Amino acid sequence: MSAERAAPSLRWLEALVLPLANLVLALLLSGLIIRLIGESPLAAFRLMLSGAFGSQEALGYTLYYATNFIFTGLAVAVAFHAGLFNIGAEGQAYIGGLGAGLVCLGLGSLPFWLVAPLAIVAAALFGAGWALVPAWLQARRGSHIVITTIMFNFLASALMTWLLVNILIKPGQQSPETREFAPGTWLPSAHDLLARIGLSFAPSPLNLAFALAIAASALVWLVIWRTRWGYALRVAGKNAAAARYAGISPARVTIAAMLLSGALAGGLGLNELMGAEHRILLDFPGGAGFVGIAVALMGRNNPVGIVISAILFGALYQGGSELSFDMPHVNRDTVVVIQGLVILFCGALENVLKRPLSRLWSR
Amino acid sequence: MNKGETALELRGIDKRFGAVHANRAVSFSVRRGTIHGLIGENGAGKSTLMNIVYGFHPADAGELLVDGRAVAIRSPQDAIAAGIGMVHQHFMLVPNFTVLENLILGAEGGWRLAAGRAKARAAMERIEREHGLSVPLDAVVEDLPVGIQQRVEILKALNRGAEILILDEPTAVLTPQETSQLFELLRRLRDQGRTIILVTHKLKEIMAVTDNVTVMRQGAVVAGVATAATSPQALADEMVGRAVSLEVAKGPAAPGVPLLSVRDLAVRDRKGVPRVKGVSFEVRAGEIVGIAGVAGNGQSELLEAIAGLVEPERGEISVSGRPVNGLDPRERRALGLAHIPEDRLRMGVVAAFPARDNAILGYHDRAGYNRGPFTRPARISGDCARKMSDWDVRPPAPGLRMSLFSGGNQQKLVLAREIDSNPVVLLIGQPTRGVDIGAIEFIHRRLVALRDAGKALLLVSVELDEILGLADRILVMAGGEIVGELSAAEASEEKLGLMMAGIGKAAHG
Repeated sequence: MSAERAAPSLRWLEALVLPLANLVLALLLSGLIIRLIGESPLAAFRLMLSGAFGSQEALGYTLYYATNFIFTGLAVAVAFHAGLFNIGAEGQAYIGGLGAGLVCLGLGSLPFWLVAPLAIVAAALFGAGWALVPAWLQARRGSHIVITTIMFNFLASALMTWLLVNILIKPGQQSPETREFAPGTWLPSAHDLLARIGLSFAPSPLNLAFALAIAASALVWLVIWRTRWGYALRVAGKNAAAARYAGISPARVTIAAMLLSGALAGGLGLNELMGAEHRILLDFPGGAGFVGIAVALMGRNNPVGIVISAILFGALYQGGSELSFDMPHVNRDTVVVIQGLVILFCGALENVLKRPLSRLWSR
Repeated sequence: MNKGETALELRGIDKRFGAVHANRAVSFSVRRGTIHGLIGENGAGKSTLMNIVYGFHPADAGELLVDGRAVAIRSPQDAIAAGIGMVHQHFMLVPNFTVLENLILGAEGGWRLAAGRAKARAAMERIEREHGLSVPLDAVVEDLPVGIQQRVEILKALNRGAEILILDEPTAVLTPQETSQLFELLRRLRDQGRTIILVTHKLKEIMAVTDNVTVMRQGAVVAGVATAATSPQALADEMVGRAVSLEVAKGPAAPGVPLLSVRDLAVRDRKGVPRVKGVSFEVRAGEIVGIAGVAGNGQSELLEAIAGLVEPERGEISVSGRPVNGLDPRERRALGLAHIPEDRLRMGVVAAFPARDNAILGYHDRAGYNRGPFTRPARISGDCARKMSDWDVRPPAPGLRMSLFSGGNQQKLVLAREIDSNPVVLLIGQPTRGVDIGAIEFIHRRLVALRDAGKALLLVSVELDEILGLADRILVMAGGEIVGELSAAEASEEKLGLMMAGIGKAAHG
C-alpha cells in the first residue's frame, strides 16, 4: 500500500531525473577533459549548444541526424522488448537503404506518390530480410543473436562494397557510388515543404523522413503497448517460460520481432539516401546503427524517450562538429570522447545514481 | 569455558527494506541445548531475521549476544567464527563435487588440496562417530537423495564448529520418513548440547520436535512459549492474528463422467531421461484427484505434459473425451483445460508486468480483451479489478507491478485468472506454495467449491496435509510411475509416506 504510493513518484525519478542527472555528470566530466586540453569548457558548451540549436540550419542538421537515430533506436528497442539484443541495426540499415536505392534507381520514372511508398516498402523488406537470417538461426538453432547480428554487419558491409564497386557504380567514375536518383524520387526537404505553406526555413538536409520517423515511433508505441501481438512480444521478452505457458511461441516472437526491428532500421536509408544524398554510397549508415543502441538504452526502450534521446545525440553530433571547426584544440576525436561519456553515463552506468537518488527522493 | 544458560539472544533487532519493515524490534533468547522453533507466515520476517543472525544482512538496530557476549556479525564468516551454522532451504552445495570436496569448500586449509582433504576426512569420521551421522564421503553430491544432501549441509556446519545450528525450512524437500530421520538427528544433536533453531511454517513440525517456540507476525514477535504449553490451533491463530480453521471443510464427492483421461503417458525430459513411465488415470467431474509424491518423481512433468508444455514420448490425453495430443497450451485452454503452474514466478506470471497484464496471460487473445488488432486497456483493467475484489487480492491495484505483491496475493490472482475462465478441467500445481495460512484456508474453500460445481481437479502438491485435506482420491507417484491409489478415507500420512518411498505395495498389501 505504501509501495503503491511510492510507485508513481519513483517512476518520475527513473524516467526524468535519473537520465538528466546522468547527462549532467557526463557533461561535467567532458568539461574537465576540455579544460585539460586547454579550452574553456563553458565556451565549448555554449558553442555546442548554438551549433546544435542556434540557427535554423543548425536545428535542421540536428534533426536530420536525429532521424537516423530514431529509426535505429526504435529497431534496437523493438528487439529488446522481445528479449533480443540486436547489434545488427547498422547492417540492416545498410541493406535497407539498398532496397530503397534500387527502387529509386530502377523506377525513377514513376511519379513520386507511387515510387515513395514502393521505396519505403523496399527499405523495410530489405532491412527485415537482413535481420531474418540471424533471427531464424536464433529461433531454430539457438545461435546467439548478438554474435550473428554482429557478423551480419560485416557481411552487409562486404556485400555493399562489392555491389558498389562492381555492379552499381556509375560508369566512368572513380568513387564507388551509384548515379544520382531522379529528382522525382527525392524526399522533399523541410525547407521546401515549409515554403509551400508560406514559412521560410534555412536550407538543411532535414527532410520528410523525420516525419516518417516520428510516425514510426507512434506506430511502434501502438504495436508494443496496444496490440495483443505486442503483448505476446513483451511476455516472450520478459519470461519465455510464461510465454510458452500462455501458448505464445517464443521462437515465432523472435522472428517477428527481428523482422520489425530490421524493417525499422531500414528507415535510415530513406533519410540518408532519398532525403539527403540522392544516391547509394559507401558506408552511409555511418555508425548510426550502433548509436541506436545507446539511444534505445537512454530512451528506456520507450518511443517517446527514444525520440528525445535521438535529438540529444543529433545535437551532440551537430554541435560537436561545430565545436571541432571552431576550437583549434578540439578535434573530431574529442567530440567522440564526449559522445562516449554520454553513452557511458546514460547507458552503461545508468543505475549508478539510482540508489543515492532514490534514497534522497524518499526522504 | 564457562557457558551460560542462553546460547543466543536477540535484542531489539530492527530492519527495513525500503518501505517494508521486515523486523520490528525483535527480541527473544534461545536456551542452550534446546530445539527452538521460529514460526510465522511467509513474509513474517523469519528469514530476514535468520539472515541477520548469519550475517547476510546488517540489522538497522539492535544487538546479538552469543553466550551472553555482544558480537558484531557482518558476514557469514563472522557468524561461523561465533559458532553459528546455517542450513539453507536451497542447499549451498556444488552438485558435481564429492561430499568430501563440498565439506572442505571454503576451508581447504592451505594450497595443497590433498592435505586438507585427509585432515577433513579424519575430522568427518570423528564427527560421524560422535553423532551417528553417516554420509558417503566419496559419493558425488548430485547422485545422492536430498535427505542425504541435507545431512551433508549439517555436517558442513558442524565441521565449521557450529554450536548453534539454524535450519531454514529443512523439511520442504523431504519425505515424511526422511523428516522423522532428520528430527531424530536434531534431537541427538540437542542431547549433545548443541542449540538448534528450526525455522518453519509447519505447525506439526514445531509440535513434534521443538522445546520452545517463537511466533512472528508482520516482522514482530507475537508469542514465545514452551511448546508443551501450546497447541497447533493456538499457534496458527497467533501467526495469522485471528482464529483460523486448519481443516478443509468439504462434503463427500459426487463424481460424474470422466473429464480428463490420461492413457499410458510417458515423458522424457530434455536430456532424454524418462520422467513419467506409462501413467494412466482418469479424473471425473466433481472430484479432486491428488497426486502425492516426493518432489522430482515425475509429477511436474506429468502436469506439464497434460498442459501441453512438453511433448510426451507416447500416450494419449483427452479432455471431455476429445484427444488433445499435439495441441498447444492455447488450444487446450480453448477446450477448457486450465493450468495453475507449480512454479508461479517462473511460469505463471510475468513479474515485471502490472497485475492487469498478468490477469490476461494465456487469455490475451480472447474477444473481450481485443477490438480488431487493438487491446482494450479499460476493459482489461476493469476485468482485473473485478478478479481482485472477487479473490480478495491485496492491494486491489491493477496497475501495480506483480513483483510488488506478496506470494499469496500473486497466487490468488493466478487462481482467479484460471478459475474465472470457467474451465472444465483444472490442473493445480502446489496451490498454496508460499501462501499464508489465512490465504490457504480461502484457496482451499474455492477449490472445493469448484469441485462441487462439477469440475475435474487434478492436484499436485508436496504438502501431504494439503493432499489429504483436499483430495477425494489419491494417486501416489514414485520414480515416474503411479505406485498406488488410495481413497481419501483409507489414506493416512504414514501409508502415503511409505508408498512415496517406493515400498508402498509391501506396506499396502
